[in-house]
Amino acid sequence: MQWARCRRLVADRRRVAANHRTLKPETMNDSILIARRAILEPAGLTDSDLERLLGELRGPAIDAADLYFQTSRLESWVLEDGIIKDGGFNLEQGVGIRAVSGEKTGFAYSDELHYPALEQAARAARSIAGRGRDGRTRIAVDVQPRCLYDPSNPVESLANEDKIGLLQRVDREARRADPRVREVVASLVAAQDIMLVVADDGTVAADVRPLVRLNVSVIAEQGGRREQGSSGGGARADLGYFLVADLALELAREAVRQALVNLEADEAPAGTMTVVLGPGWPGVLLHEAIGHGLEGDFNRKGTSAFAGRIGQRVAAPGVTVVDDGTLPGRRGSLNIDDEGTASQNTVLIEDGILRGYMQDKLNARLTGAVSTGNGRRESYAHLPMPRMTNTYMLAGDKDPAEIIASVDRGLYAVNFGGGQVDITSGKFVFSASEAYLIEGGRIGRPVKGATLIGNGPEVLTRVSLIGNDLALDRGVGTCGKEGQSVPVGVGQPTLRVDGLTVGGTST
Amino acid sequence: MAHHASDDPPRRLAPLRETVQMILDEAERQGATAAEAGASSRAGLEVGVRLGEVETVEHTRDNGLGVTVYFGHRKGSASTSDMSPQALREAVAAACAIARYTQEDPCAALADAGRMCREVSDLDLYHPWPITPEQAIELAIACEDAARHCDPRITNSEGASLSSYWGLQVYGNSHGFIGGYPTTRHGLSCSVIGEDGHGMQRDHWWSSARAPQDLDEAAAIGRRAAERTLARLGARPITTRQAPVLFQAEVASGLMRHLIGAIQGASLYRRASFLVDRLGERIFPSFVRIHEEPHRPRGLSSAPFDGDGVATAAKDLVRDGVLQSYVLDSYAARKLGMETTGNAGGVRNLMIDMGSRDRNALLAEMGSGLLVTELMGQGVNTVTGDYSRGAAGFWVENGTIQFPVEEITIAGNLETMFAGLVAVGNDCDYSGSTRTGSWLIDRMTIAGQ
Repeated sequence: MQWARCRRLVADRRRVAANHRTLKPETMNDSILIARRAILEPAGLTDSDLERLLGELRGPAIDAADLYFQTSRLESWVLEDGIIKDGGFNLEQGVGIRAVSGEKTGFAYSDELHYPALEQAARAARSIAGRGRDGRTRIAVDVQPRCLYDPSNPVESLANEDKIGLLQRVDREARRADPRVREVVASLVAAQDIMLVVADDGTVAADVRPLVRLNVSVIAEQGGRREQGSSGGGARADLGYFLVADLALELAREAVRQALVNLEADEAPAGTMTVVLGPGWPGVLLHEAIGHGLEGDFNRKGTSAFAGRIGQRVAAPGVTVVDDGTLPGRRGSLNIDDEGTASQNTVLIEDGILRGYMQDKLNARLTGAVSTGNGRRESYAHLPMPRMTNTYMLAGDKDPAEIIASVDRGLYAVNFGGGQVDITSGKFVFSASEAYLIEGGRIGRPVKGATLIGNGPEVLTRVSLIGNDLALDRGVGTCGKEGQSVPVGVGQPTLRVDGLTVGGTST
Repeated sequence: MAHHASDDPPRRLAPLRETVQMILDEAERQGATAAEAGASSRAGLEVGVRLGEVETVEHTRDNGLGVTVYFGHRKGSASTSDMSPQALREAVAAACAIARYTQEDPCAALADAGRMCREVSDLDLYHPWPITPEQAIELAIACEDAARHCDPRITNSEGASLSSYWGLQVYGNSHGFIGGYPTTRHGLSCSVIGEDGHGMQRDHWWSSARAPQDLDEAAAIGRRAAERTLARLGARPITTRQAPVLFQAEVASGLMRHLIGAIQGASLYRRASFLVDRLGERIFPSFVRIHEEPHRPRGLSSAPFDGDGVATAAKDLVRDGVLQSYVLDSYAARKLGMETTGNAGGVRNLMIDMGSRDRNALLAEMGSGLLVTELMGQGVNTVTGDYSRGAAGFWVENGTIQFPVEEITIAGNLETMFAGLVAVGNDCDYSGSTRTGSWLIDRMTIAGQ
C-alpha cells in the first residue's frame, strides 16, 4: 500500500515539473538569495544548468536525485600561555550529487563548481542504475519561512580585536579564580555554512547556518597532583552570544571549578548502583541509550535493538523524549535539514511508549514513512543519513533536592565527557567527568571520572524519578556516525535511574 | 566516469609542487618573514554492499591546501579546498590578516633549517588498484557472502565495503624545502549480525593495505567477522571484581596509543600528562621495547618527513622498560628546551617487541580473568592516567574461555597498568599502523552486576 502511494507521488512530481516553474528572485526568501549569490553566481551556474544536471541524473530506474551545494567559512583563535598563539581561517566549497534507485545510492562530489566537473560527477552518481533514457526536470521554488537563527556571518560579528580581547578576559578570569590554576587554553570558533539543495521532487531549499563555540580548559595543581577542568558553550548565533551576561567568564569559572573539584576527588565506586543524573548535558544518556537506536536507517535494516518495537513500552511511565530541531539558536537546530525538509519536533518516546523513528527521505521512502527532517550530512562530500538534532526528555514534577534525598547510597553524576553505543546489542556507555557519592540522601565527597554502562532498551524503564528542572546543554555536542560529524544538542531534567553500572576502581 | 587510477596521480605531483611554491612566493610578497604550505589531492572509489546487493557507490575527489605565515614570531594559518590562483592569494591574505592579531610567541617558527629532510626516499607507498566499481562490488559481495553463509545464526548484515584511494601530498617551507610523494590505501571490511534467544550481536573484521595484493582474502575477512559475531552471542554481565585482564591484540594497540598521547609534546608542555618529567625513568617492566619505524616499506603510516619537513627516523620510545624519547614536533621541542623528534603529525608505525607466546598461552598464564575484545567510550584521562571504559569480551577460567561477557567496565590507571604488564603475545594479526600482540595486565577492576 505504502509503495503504491509512493508511486503516485512520483507521478505528481512529474506534473509539478510540467508547470515549468523556475527560480525567480522575487519569490525567493533570503536564504535562497544568499546561497545563490555565495555559491551559484560566482561559479556561473544558472537555473538551466541545474535543471540539465537533474535531467542527467533522472531515468526510469532512478527514484530520487539531488544536488547539494555548500560553501562554508570558519575562523578560529587559540589562546595558550596567556597569549593569542594561533589563528586560522578555512574556506570549503563543493557540490555533492546523489542518485537513488531502490536501496542503491550513487554518489559523487566535486570541489570544483564549473559545469563540466558537475556533469562528470552527475554521470558517476547515476551509473548506479545503469543507463536509462534522459529525463527532464524543472525545479520549483519551495519557500522556507522559518528563521531559527540570523543568517548573518558570525565570523564578521565581532572585530578581531574584540575576539582576542574576549579570550584574554577568559584567561584572566580563570587565573584570577584560583591560584592553583597553572595552564589555561581557550579557543573561539565562528563558522558560517551556506547550503542549497535542489532535488528532482521539486525541492529547492537553502539555509544559512551560523555556529559559534568557545572552549576553556584548565590544569590546576596542588601538592604535586594535577587535574583538568573544562567547559564550553556554543549556539547558532553570532559571537555576541558569549558577551551576554559575561557568559564567557562564567565558562572560565566553570572550568576552574571542575578542576578544583577533581583535585579533591577520591576513587569512584565500581558496581551497579542507583545513579542520579544532573540536568542538561548528562542528557548524553538519551543520545546514546535510545537516540541512535531510533534512527531510521538502523530500523529499516533491522540492525537496531529497537527495530520493530513501535508501540511497545521502552521507558518508565512519565518518560517523554523528543528530537526537536526547531529550537531557536540551538547548536543542533536547523531551519531545514540537508535534504530540504523542514526540521520538526518529533516525539520518540511518549509516556514510556516508543512512538517514532527519526527519518531522512531515503529511509522514509523505503519504509513507507515520511521524513522527519533528520536527513543530515557533515558536508557536500558525505551522504545524508538520519541524524539527531536536539534530543531531550521533558520535565517531570519532582524537586531535584527531593530526588537526591530519596537515595540512600548511590552516585550523583553532573558532568560528562562523551558516550558511545552499540546499536545492535543496545549497550551504551557515557563517561562522567564530575560525580559525587550520595550517602544517606546527601551529596557527599567528589569521586574521579568513571564510565557508566547500561542497556539502551532497558535503562529508561529504570527511571524512577523525573525532576522539574529540564535544561539543555550549553551547546558543545558533536555526534559521530559512520565517520561523519554533525553538531547536536541534548538535554534532560534531573533523573533517578535505579541501577546503572558505574566503572570506578573502588570495590 | 573514467577510472580513478587512470588519472596517473604521480604526474600531478609537479603541479602540486608548483602550487606550494606559488603559495610560499605569495606569502613572501605579502610580507611574511617565513611560511610553510601543504597541498594535497586525493581520489578514490568506495562501494558498500548489503545482503548481497550494492547499496552505495561513492566516487571521491578532494583537494586541499593549507598555509601558515610567520611575521617574526607571530603566526597565522588558512586553508581551503579551492586550488585556483585567486583562492591561493586569498588564503595567504587571510593567514596574514590573522597573523596581525596573534601575539609574539618565541617558540613559533619553522623547524630549524638543518633538520629538513634531505632526501625524500621511496617507501613503496604507491600501488594503484585498477579496479572497476563492478569488480569492487563483486569482491565486497564475496566478503559478505562468506560471513552470511558461515552459520545460520548470522541473520542480518550491516554490509561489506571496499575502498581504494590514491593521494598526493606536498609540503614546502621557506627554508627551500619542498617534498611530496604519492600514496595509495585500499581496504575491505565486513560487519554482520547474529541472533539467538538472548538477542542480537554484531562484530566486524577488516583488512587495510598500501598494495591491493597485501589485502587479506575477501572470504577470510567475512568468515572472521562472522566468527567474531557468533562468539559474542549469549553475552552477559559478570559481577564486580578485581581480576587480571588480557587485552586482545587489536584492542591492546589502543593502550600503545594512550602512551603516545601522554608523551606527545602538547601534553608535556601543558603539563597535562601523567608522564610529565618521566624521561629516563622506568615506566614498563624491563622486557618492554616500544619503537617507531617511519620508513617501513608499505607501512600504513610510513612517511619520509614529518609535518614540519623534518626527516623522520626510527627510534626507541621505550627500551628495557625505560622511557627513552618523547614524541615532539619542533614547536613543542622549543617549548620544552629540547630537539624535535621528527614527529610533527604524530608517530608513524608504532611497534612493540612481541613475546614468544600466542594468545592461548597467555590465556593459560592468566588462569582466571577477563579477555577483552572490544572497548567502548572515551574514559581515558591523560592528565592523571585514570582509565575507565566499557568493555566486552570473554570470561576465562583455567586458561579456557567460559562465556562471552558484555555490559561491564574495566578500570585502573595507565601508570599502574603499564607497570603491571605481565606479557606481550606474538599474535599480531590485524591491519593497522600500531603493531602489537595481546597484552596481559596483572589486575584491573571490573564493574558489572
